[in-house]
Amino acid sequence: MKQFAELFTKLDQTTKTLDKVRALVEYFKVADDQDKLWTIALLSHRRPKRSVNSTLVKQWAAEFGQVPFWLFEESYHVVGDLAETIALILPDPSATSNHSLAYWVDFIRSLSDLEDEVKKKKMKEAWSALQSNERFVFNKLLTGGFRMGVSQKLMTRALAQYTGLDENLLAHRLMGNWSPGSTTFHDLVLSKDVKADDSKPYPFYLAYALEDEPQALGDPKDWIAERKWDGIRGQIIVRNGEIYTWSRGEELVTDKYPEYWILKDKLAHGTVLDGEILPFKDGRPLAFNILQTRIGRKNLSKSILQNSPVVFIAYDLLEYNGEDIRSWPMHERRAQLGQIVRQVNTQVLHLSEQVEFDTWETLGREREKSREHHSEGIMLKHVDSTYRSGRKKGDWWKWKVDPLTVDAVMIYAMRGHGRRANLYTDYTFAVWNEDQLVPFTKAYSGLTDEEIREVDRFVKKNTLERFGPVRSVTPELVFEIAFEGINRSSRHKSGVALRFPRIKRWRKDKPKEEANTIDDLLAMLKKYG
Amino acid sequence: MLLDFTEKGIYCAQAGVYIDPWKPVDKALITHGHADHSRWGHKHYLCTLQAAPVIQHRLGKIDVTPVDFGETLTIQGVKISFHPAGHIIGSAQVRLEYKGEVWVVSGDYKLEDDGITEPFEPVRCNTFITESTFGLPVYNWKPQQEVFKEINQWWRANKEEGKTTILTGYALGKAQRIIQNLDETIGTIYTHGAIENVNEVIRGQGIALKSTVRVTQDISKELYPGSIVIATPSSVGSSWIKKFAPFSIGSASGWMNLRGARRRRSVDRGFVLSDHADWNGLNTAIEECGAERVFVTHGYTSVFSQWLNEKGIKAGQVETQFEGELAEIGESAEKEEDPA
Ligand SMILES: [Zn+2]
Ligand SMILES: [Zn+2]
Repeated sequence: MKQFAELFTKLDQTTKTLDKVRALVEYFKVADDQDKLWTIALLSHRRPKRSVNSTLVKQWAAEFGQVPFWLFEESYHVVGDLAETIALILPDPSATSNHSLAYWVDFIRSLSDLEDEVKKKKMKEAWSALQSNERFVFNKLLTGGFRMGVSQKLMTRALAQYTGLDENLLAHRLMGNWSPGSTTFHDLVLSKDVKADDSKPYPFYLAYALEDEPQALGDPKDWIAERKWDGIRGQIIVRNGEIYTWSRGEELVTDKYPEYWILKDKLAHGTVLDGEILPFKDGRPLAFNILQTRIGRKNLSKSILQNSPVVFIAYDLLEYNGEDIRSWPMHERRAQLGQIVRQVNTQVLHLSEQVEFDTWETLGREREKSREHHSEGIMLKHVDSTYRSGRKKGDWWKWKVDPLTVDAVMIYAMRGHGRRANLYTDYTFAVWNEDQLVPFTKAYSGLTDEEIREVDRFVKKNTLERFGPVRSVTPELVFEIAFEGINRSSRHKSGVALRFPRIKRWRKDKPKEEANTIDDLLAMLKKYG
Repeated sequence: MLLDFTEKGIYCAQAGVYIDPWKPVDKALITHGHADHSRWGHKHYLCTLQAAPVIQHRLGKIDVTPVDFGETLTIQGVKISFHPAGHIIGSAQVRLEYKGEVWVVSGDYKLEDDGITEPFEPVRCNTFITESTFGLPVYNWKPQQEVFKEINQWWRANKEEGKTTILTGYALGKAQRIIQNLDETIGTIYTHGAIENVNEVIRGQGIALKSTVRVTQDISKELYPGSIVIATPSSVGSSWIKKFAPFSIGSASGWMNLRGARRRRSVDRGFVLSDHADWNGLNTAIEECGAERVFVTHGYTSVFSQWLNEKGIKAGQVETQFEGELAEIGESAEKEEDPA
């Protein structure tokens, strides 16, 4: 665990890619195989399941640190991270240990079946034997929020340097349905005869957001435009008569989308499609939150399948006749894909339609219509581009539609975290319903430090009531709130829920009376919801 | 009460003096030279002999009476004396005694001997007014030898890579503490002008600060790699530091104890080094002064006073009476003058 905790500290201390990769390579050189395997697992979103309830963990840490529970909670609020709060509050360790990362991961997993009292005893033993940075990492694993500031891609790059293997080959080997319990470092990474794992997907190629004008991309003829769909990125694999559906988070979701199962008989062996899992009914896409209603369900009831059916909008072909064709140019892959979709000829599989355009101006006008198509904007792909892995600049771009905006009045403020714990940084906004202000969204980001301090002063001087860390304030300040979409919501008083709300700017020029109304929001809902 | 909390600051009506007042008054007792404690515009200043040079350097021509540590003045029956607070050179706790009742105003303080500041001395009292900058149990400092071992190792490693080391700390206090604890055998210690100005004042009062070189235009850029530059926190991201490239930059502050703060600071390394008492330090100081009543200012006032009350020490937060003013002070903690 010492080596792993040191790796974590090193990665945490630098923002430079080169240093991070170097730290990982050094780690791979010294760590034993089982720890390497777990490190790869942790850095590819294969974390152990949470085995202890976090309220209990807090209580034990407070007790062990000899502080009352309320003081633990106050500290947690300031630190903003549970694992770190615990690591800081515990007394200095009374012992040392030389156990490996794998040992501690197993230790954490073994807790889940134990009685709470036994768990507590084991937790105290663990905490007493770990040094502060080890404790932090241990707590991160325990509370389930493990992130290391290193992408899977960087880890793969480091692993490539360490093993001398090709990065893309490794990226592919690390995908799919494995866990540290089901394989070894040798089998997963080094073994040449890749075990026939039919479910193995390809790394997704991700597009960058287009920030400049599209004119900078050159001749429109070199580009293919499609609608950018507001669903979930997915990969459908058919091999040896079986179908596997993967979502972008590298999650096998075959069971969640039974609509696609008929494809296993319709697609030939060795076919891999890249596309969008999209809620779709009566010939048009539905809002994204319809899809959300089924994501969390264990059992898909008939009514869910009826009310929120999905289709697959295919936009790329990665494997054809069992051959990896990612190196083919885009236009050839697309032509082949079109043929397959036509042959299959079923309601659940659509070809992502091309948006025809001669000039960037024409395409700009199409982009303006995105919301009417329930789409988020336009995707641009170079006709000759190969299918690359991860996020690489140049060949694929997403040209998103401008966000929606409303002017709203701030009515609540909440304290921030960490260094900003003394400042009010999180706000709740309201719009008018006749002469009442109805809260409809929270937003955190978007203001400069200077503005945050100014709002903070306002909050402290204009507090009406306090509820713990939250204060209600005199409604006076008006902000422009930007958001990506709007949906109906029964959980919100206002009846609407926004997607990705953030503060666009402070409208110091606007009196509160001129903020938008609930009717304005409902009109947007009607148009775009 | 012997002391009152007024909108100008802590006030002793019997003696007619304020302690660290934030609005102009006739007579001000000043605990130390940081900007949130020694403000401009008072008619008359009283502070320690050791703090006076820096305060005069900062405020210019002021009417000041320097008093030695432990020396007692009597003003209208109130016995007043200054005692080491261990925060920065010359920093003091102010003791006031009237008819057998003793109050101590801590100013800013820390318990650890930092090698350059007069070490903290506990002063017995009935009522203690304490700061609480780091009044949460998540703030506990390692002994400074450990921190300086890390700093010197980092400097050495940078030197091996041909880089300049830049370490930021507040010009008054933190900078001198760092300088005094660096391993000068590694290389030259350069300083930002604002820091060197303070260094000169401190050397002028007879304190043997390690030798440093002021960064000026005339110094050839080739000389910097391998050496260390002590800079002010505002240097981070400024164009002033460009001339030291290639460099690794670090920050030394109590806030660096939290990972979020380290990451937001946009420096390569964060070292946890504070001139304020940590959680254990605050609790120890309160125990050792034996006060039956404590007032909490300057920091996590409500949390820390609640904690003391639950422990059976009568405590109140000063904040409640004039939050507006203290909020302003809290903000200055974000700015350069108030070192943490
Ligand atoms: Zn101070
Ligand atoms: Zn202060």
